[in-house]
Amino acid sequence: MSQLPPLVEPATELTVDEVRRYSRHLIIPDVGMDGQKRLKNAKVLCVGAGGLGSPALMYLAAAGVGTLGIVEFDTVDESNLQRQIIHGQSDIGRSKAESARDSVKEINPYTEVVLHEERLEADNVMEIFGQYDLIVDGTDNFATRYLVNDACVLLNKPYVWGSIYRFDGQASVFWSEHGPCYRCLYPEPPPPGMVPSCAEGGVLGVLCASIGSIQVNEAIKLLMGIGEPLVGRLMIYDALEMTYRTVKVRKDPECAVCGKNPTVTELIDYEAFCGVVSEEAQEAALGSTITPRQLKEWFDAGENIDLIDVREPGEYEIVKIPGSRLIPKNEFLMGRALEDLPQNKRIVLNCKTGVRSAEVLAVLKSAGFADAVHVGGGVIGWVNQIEPEKPVY
Amino acid sequence: MAIEVRIPTILRTYTDGAKAVPGSGDTLADLLVDLEARHPGVRARLVEENGELRRFVNVYLNDEDVRFTGGLTTKLDDGDTVTILPAVAGGSI
Repeated sequence: MSQLPPLVEPATELTVDEVRRYSRHLIIPDVGMDGQKRLKNAKVLCVGAGGLGSPALMYLAAAGVGTLGIVEFDTVDESNLQRQIIHGQSDIGRSKAESARDSVKEINPYTEVVLHEERLEADNVMEIFGQYDLIVDGTDNFATRYLVNDACVLLNKPYVWGSIYRFDGQASVFWSEHGPCYRCLYPEPPPPGMVPSCAEGGVLGVLCASIGSIQVNEAIKLLMGIGEPLVGRLMIYDALEMTYRTVKVRKDPECAVCGKNPTVTELIDYEAFCGVVSEEAQEAALGSTITPRQLKEWFDAGENIDLIDVREPGEYEIVKIPGSRLIPKNEFLMGRALEDLPQNKRIVLNCKTGVRSAEVLAVLKSAGFADAVHVGGGVIGWVNQIEPEKPVY
Repeated sequence: MAIEVRIPTILRTYTDGAKAVPGSGDTLADLLVDLEARHPGVRARLVEENGELRRFVNVYLNDEDVRFTGGLTTKLDDGDTVTILPAVAGGSI
């Protein structure tokens, strides 16, 4: 895609202090006073102040974006600090929005910060997005992704998107006026249980910077109207190979939200659209879910059970329920694990929090293991209730 | 006919961890049948029971999305690269 016109008009002037601060930008011919004044006038919203939001907010602030909005309602947890570099040790337990604002202000006191300390929902997204020129999505879950996409299409805002998983990253810019939207790329989310999230897959901390910085790069280009935007292209980064590849993303004439005859003309229920637990798993778990305390009682009473942990090996190594054995979820989905299961013992499944074990439970029930159960709350629930001295992750 | 098939992280359990595997076929449909013979289970992750490509998994022939080049009937040539790219969400739910 060729160059697009600048997204924002330039501010009237830069102060003497601002000229000093941004001098390394100002001497780049493609940026100059004009480009820096546009950044000063820009209003950018970052959804989430987590893995991708951290570097995105810090570089947007340092670059001189005049107004930064932050949508975030979570608090800082120790396990965030491996990658969420906008927060520090002393921020643990604080509001992420406030912690992020303090870091932004420390980097650039001229940036105005607006906090939206609420969960982004269909009933507040239009009002919040309406105040900004461009949206950077740092949340990286399906429900928010489709919500942000649809709201951006309906409001005609550019949507700078990124996604991270282990050593793999992706980024693109969706802007239906000039190219495809996220639904053109993936019309439907995967069914729950079919695709892992990083909660089970993990993410290399520095990958957030690799992808977050691409998002900032694209945001700056759009705001100033320079270069070739990442509209209609998907950037695929492999940190292990150290390769960047791009593939084409075409505008889908049949797209449900930005196509010729859209069927999505207002926001929908995104939690229901994307799901968290499949219907099969919900049905299987009904009446077949035990608490960690019940499991402890079964152990103590010498019940004839086979406790199977369906997480990944790396997770099992961190913490496990004593007496459990590991068979990762995929072994069940591929059907390989079923034939080795004992017929003379009751199968009890556990995972981290009870979502994956419910999916496997559905597989077992349909294979005839009628008395199989799973542990609600998973190993985290077990640690909290039974062995609080063990670590959680 | 040798075609390089690039396998995403979440499907590498079917390829013993390999990031890329060789395959052959005149069309994408033929290629997936060929892959299934050596990596059982992988085809079902890409194709619905009704035979259509799944809508949350994209397949690219070189840098083109096959949804716009004829889907499973897309013709393949020696030396082509086929990339499988499922929708992934890294963030917590």
